Formats: sequence, C-alpha cells, structure tokens
Amino acid sequence: MTLAHLPALQVVAPLLAAPLCALLRAPLAAYLLTCAVAAVAAATAGWLLFTVTAGGAAVITYALGGWAAPWGIEYRVDALGAFVLVIVTGVNLVAVWFGRASVMREVPRERVFLFYTGWLLCLTGMLGIAVSGDVFNVFVFLEIASLASYFLVSMGRDRRALSAAFRYLLLGTVGATFILIAVGLLYQMTGTLNMADLAARLPPLKESRTLQVAFAFLSVGVGLKAAVFPLHFWLPGAYTFAPNMVTVFLAGTSTKVSVYILLRFFFSVIGTDISFDALKLHWFLLPLALAGIFTASIAAIYQNDVKRLLAFSSVAQVGYMILGIALASAAGLSAALVHLFNHALMKSALFFTVACMVFRVGNSKLTDLAGLAKRMPLTAAALVVSGLSLIGFPFTAGFISKWALLAAALQSHGWWLALLVLASSLLAVVYMWRVVEALYCAPRAPATVQSQAMTVTEAPLPLLAGAWLLAAGNVAFGLSTELSRGVAERAALLLFGGAP
Amino acid sequence: MEHHKVLRVVTRLLVPLILLFALYVQFHGDFGPGGGFQAGVIFGAGIILFAIVFGVQRCMHALPPAWMRMVAAGGVLLYAGVGVAGVLLGGNYLDYDVLAADNIAGQHLGINLIEVGVGATVAAVMVCLFYCFAGGDGEHEIEGDGAGGNHG
Repeated sequence: MTLAHLPALQVVAPLLAAPLCALLRAPLAAYLLTCAVAAVAAATAGWLLFTVTAGGAAVITYALGGWAAPWGIEYRVDALGAFVLVIVTGVNLVAVWFGRASVMREVPRERVFLFYTGWLLCLTGMLGIAVSGDVFNVFVFLEIASLASYFLVSMGRDRRALSAAFRYLLLGTVGATFILIAVGLLYQMTGTLNMADLAARLPPLKESRTLQVAFAFLSVGVGLKAAVFPLHFWLPGAYTFAPNMVTVFLAGTSTKVSVYILLRFFFSVIGTDISFDALKLHWFLLPLALAGIFTASIAAIYQNDVKRLLAFSSVAQVGYMILGIALASAAGLSAALVHLFNHALMKSALFFTVACMVFRVGNSKLTDLAGLAKRMPLTAAALVVSGLSLIGFPFTAGFISKWALLAAALQSHGWWLALLVLASSLLAVVYMWRVVEALYCAPRAPATVQSQAMTVTEAPLPLLAGAWLLAAGNVAFGLSTELSRGVAERAALLLFGGAP
Repeated sequence: MEHHKVLRVVTRLLVPLILLFALYVQFHGDFGPGGGFQAGVIFGAGIILFAIVFGVQRCMHALPPAWMRMVAAGGVLLYAGVGVAGVLLGGNYLDYDVLAADNIAGQHLGINLIEVGVGATVAAVMVCLFYCFAGGDGEHEIEGDGAGGNHG
C-alpha cells in the first residue's frame, strides 16, 4: 500500500525538505536534512528500478490527487525513467554526503542553508522530470531544476560565476521557452498533455505542419538544455565557475536529464515513426554529434584550466550520446543509454577529484596543479582511474560504453563511423594526458606557489572517500555491466517498442 | 517622497483596498476567476506600492525580510504538506477527497489551503525580490546606507 506512493515520494521528499531547509537556517541542520533526503531519494529510486526491472510491473503509474490519467496529472515510471532516477540520486548521494568540506570552504557560512535549499529544489526538478508522465509537468520540473541550477552556479567564489550563471540563465530560458512553445503546439493539436495519450493521438497528424514546427522547437529547446553541439556555449563557463560540488552534481545529472527529455519526447511521445522515418531526426543529429565530439575534444586540448577542460569534454561526451541516438537502432540507443550512465559516473568522479585538489590548492589552473601527484597521491590516482574510464580503457566503465557504441556504429554505418569514434577517443587521450602530465611529470616549480605547496597535503578524508567511491564505481561498472548495460538494453527495447 | 502629498494620501487610501481585493481574489478563487497566484501578486503589489511611497525602511520595519522569507518557505511547505496529509489520510498525493468528511467539503478545504500556500509564497517572494532590488535584502539588514527608493 505505502509502496504505491513511491513515485510521489521520490519528488515530494526533496520538495518538502527545500522549504524546511530555508526555515532551519543553521548550516549543519540544512546539511543533515539534505543528507537524509539524499538517502531517501536514492533508496526510492533503487526500489523503483528494482520493481520495474525485476519486480514484475513494467510500468508504475501514480495518479496525482486521485484524478485518472488522461485528465489528471500522471506520474509514470518505466525502466528508462527509473534508470535516470538511479543516476541522478546516486550522483546526488555521493556529492551531498562526501562534499561537505568543499561546500563549507566555498560557500559563505550565512548562505549555506540557501545553497542546500537550492540544491534540494534542483534535485526535485530533475527527479520530477524523470517520473512525470505529463509533458507540461516535465516543463515545470525542468524550470524548477534550471532556476535552481542558475542559482547554484552563481554561488561560485569567482565573480565570473555571476556572468556564467547569467549566460546560462539566458540560454536556458530560451531553451525552456522553446520547449513550452512545442508543448503548447502539441496541446493545441491534440488537446492532451498526457504522454501516453499524446503518443496515441499524434501518429495520424504525421503530415501536419504544426507537428513539424513543434518538433523543431522541441529539438532546439532540448538541445540547448542538453548542450548538444552548436548550442553548448553556456556549459563550459557554468561548469568552470560553479562551486566544485555543484559542478560534480550538474556534470553528473543535468545534461543527462536533458538527454532523457529528448529521448522521452522523440521516442515515446512523438514516436520513432515520425521522429526518424518521417522527419529524419538522425540526418541532422549525426553530423552535429560528430562535429560536437571533434570540436569540443579539440577545444578541450587547448584549455589551461582543468575544470574548463573537463567541461569541454562533457560537451564531446554528450555528442557520443547523441551519436548513439542518431544511429536510429536499438543497439545505438542502448549504447547511448549506457554512456548516459557511465558518463555520469566518470565525469562526476573527475570533477570530484578536481574538487579535492581545488580544496587544497585554491584553483584549478593546470600550472597550479603541476607536480601535485607527490602531495596528493591518492587524489591524483583517483583522477587517473576516472580519466582512463573517460578514454575508454578496458576494465573501466568507459570501455563498456565505447564498445557498445562502436559495435552499434559498425552495424548501422560501417567502418568509417567506427573509425571516427576511435579517432575521437585519441583526442580524449590527448587532453587527459595533459592533466596527468601536469600532475605527475611537471615539477612543482614557481617560487610563488612554493610556500603554499609546502602545506598542500592529501584532501580531507570525506572528500577523498567520495572521489575514490566514484572512481571505484568506474571500475566496478566496467567489470559488472548488469545494472548499466542490462537496464539500458531493456530501456532501449522499450523505447523502440513504441510504448511510452 | 515627503512632498508628494497627493501621492501619499492616495496611497494611504488605496493600499488597504488593494490588500482587501487581493484577499477577495484569493478566497473567491474557487468560484470565480482568481486564485492564489493572482492574489499573491496583487497583495505583493500593494505592499510594494507602500514601500515605494513611504520608504523601504518603513516597510521593512513592518514586514522584516527574514519574515518574508519564512512566509515564502512556509507557503511551499503548506502546499506540499496538504499533499502529504492526503497520503496520510489514505488517498493519493494531493487527493483532497479524504481531507474532510465528504468529498465536496474535502475538495473545498484542499484547494483553499493550497491556494493560501501559493498566495503567501507569491506575495512574499515578490516583496523579497523588491527588497533585494531596493538595496537591503535582509542579509545586511536595514541600518547603513539608506537603501534606494527613499530620499525623504
């Protein structure tokens, strides 16, 4: 009986905690509350995933307020939604539980409670997107998550965080407006906002120009939110100047959730018949994905700040997910989903290790991190492990997704595409090597930093534990693919089956 | 604005009416056009009008920023709390039927409580935003530089 309320609990727990956090005001109380909610959210997501994959029911629905589906607002959790829930709550759990030292260092004490309030609202929004079975609610939750993340980004210590947050706000608002226009057009054509109902009513309207316009608005809007290549300009600044734990959290979740929206709309709501067969979505996604992978990887090579470098790498990695989707096959989609999971893991691990270093060194410039491996051997080792995963080294999570992507590319487009994917991996080797070289090979030279360097030691235990937990996750999910690959394949089949 | 006598007198007359109209929009919302959001905006606008004409300091004295933030958070809490009450009483989240003895009374009670939450949050957030733009967001309280909007 009570378990039936889990989809609502998933969203309501952080939603209730956010105003409580604002009322509590004490930094420690706000932190403990956020920790408790993170645990509840992760447990709920785990249980939901277990139920939809192993527990019999393929879809869990929940009628808000007791109003039945096409009229009322419906929460609807299937394998794909639960998969995203697990990713978001997992990254959130590690960032909240182990990241306290970093947050306390970077956020002014009197604003810590506001920081955690914003964090909880951001979590509410992301979880809401994944459970909602109603397109308008997806938009509302997206705005909750986005507004909260603009605020979180602006909390960075560097004053440039404000301009980065403002740029993120401008582009994010354009994206959200486009999505709303698309939702409005869909509603105007069908008179319904429920995803399942839309999916049933849209196919006869295949030829309608309104649908094509809605489709275009949707692609651009979600593309902006997901930082798909030419629309990624907000991302590097936002990731670079945000507080480190916010970067860990957003890098692991926000673009993933946006990719989820893209999948949900193009596969479940509009359907593959229209998205791919009629409107040829993959014709423009494929070149954009490849252009994004190469441009962003090359841009990453030339960065002098590790956070910025990793941010550009994130744009490239989103490109891999889009590439998987653009293959328009179940194998490609499943590769994209595996990469969704693995990239969340590897990028949050990388940003977490960078957060450890920033905690000691004060900034993330490559020159200031030079020779740091001697002072912080464990942190540097965690970075190497996660970096290997990013490149796609065997026995790491990254290898699993690269392999799946290669196999899918070979299957649908032949060797040239597989070759391009491999070549782009070499670019990842180049930019990750720049970081590793700075850490291990460069001497800890400049005299000005020298005095400070004497005090640089290993990061505090909780931060280190968080970094290693994520790095170990990269190895664990490289060896056991039951969760990532198994669920991804299931979700891919579900999407290609056409059932929302 | 000391010398704008007309403005001051008119504002003094209008503010109570604006606040009253906000309450009308709030509580008549389930029978006619209106509801928490609109009422909150009207209520907040009334307070902001007062602050513009009589000075932000005076307004902050009557409605301290810290209180406003608590009201803003409290409204959300009330909204989410009504939903949880529905679950505890055996319905789904935000199910109002179970809130009272019969369904119709439950629906009335539920929607009114929710709209009060929305109204309180919207009004308080508007005032908070105005305080921010007017110079004192309450973090660095009222004393000091004589925040903008008040050259009396």
